[in-house]
Amino acid sequence: MAADRRTHRSHVSYIDKSRNYYGAQGYSQPYQWAYNQDAPFAPLQKPLNECRIGLVTTSFFERTVDKKTVAGAGSKEPYAALCDDALGGLYNKDLFWDKDNTHTEDLDTYLPINRLREFAAEGRIGSLAERFYGVPTDYSHRRTSRRDSPQILEFVQEDELDAVILVPL
Amino acid sequence: MSLVSRHLEEAGVPTVVMGSARDIVEECGVSRFLYTDFPLGNPAGKPGDIEMQSAITGMALDLLERAWKPRTTVQTPFVWDPETNDYWREHFMKVDESNQDALAAAGEQRRIAQATVRSEGLGRG
Repeated sequence: MAADRRTHRSHVSYIDKSRNYYGAQGYSQPYQWAYNQDAPFAPLQKPLNECRIGLVTTSFFERTVDKKTVAGAGSKEPYAALCDDALGGLYNKDLFWDKDNTHTEDLDTYLPINRLREFAAEGRIGSLAERFYGVPTDYSHRRTSRRDSPQILEFVQEDELDAVILVPL
Repeated sequence: MSLVSRHLEEAGVPTVVMGSARDIVEECGVSRFLYTDFPLGNPAGKPGDIEMQSAITGMALDLLERAWKPRTTVQTPFVWDPETNDYWREHFMKVDESNQDALAAAGEQRRIAQATVRSEGLGRG
């Protein structure tokens, strides 16, 4: 491919885009995105081919409850479910993704259960956990930190996982 | 999701984030990040392209194994579509003269709907 020159970075800044977009909708207080100077790091404790790997998604199972008529039905809670139950696809039309340019009809584009099972069959990883987890894309950092993250950690410990792949849509 | 990753890491659980919103993940700061420069929706590969999905998931596994420091970002080599890359980048959440009035009106309607839900005690939408 030929060399290219640009006056702006090529990758999208979603922080900039969403601030302008919601600003244009009349929301004068921009969303406060999480920012950290440092990041924690846990090394892998055993060879990958002995590891049980888990998956976390921001997609949910389709809810049949009408959130307009049932108080609290609109709120989402973190969950654990069998990977087998997700094979038909998950619900994510309510999430923030590019519906004009792609689709989420193929589960493995946002939750690679089948691909990881293939890696397990080949011996690249020990196994894929039987359960995967879902976490809401919450507006509130406080809820994510104090409610959702500890719940996901509890699932991880129950399932004795060695490593986790998180796939935000 | 990045906050969840940090929480797991702090508890000693190694993680890797696979995603396409590079700035959001990197500002939050995670241990390992596999970035694919695609429209939001398919961070693990294009629909129907099993070979690409395997390659991307395999690179996430490589990162788990080989990263030695936090904030390790690896960008996968895949391109959504060389002909339309600038189009989807510009089109998503676009704000310009053509839609400014419509966006302002949509925001106003949303605030009215949210105020109604609150006043009727129906909780978070």
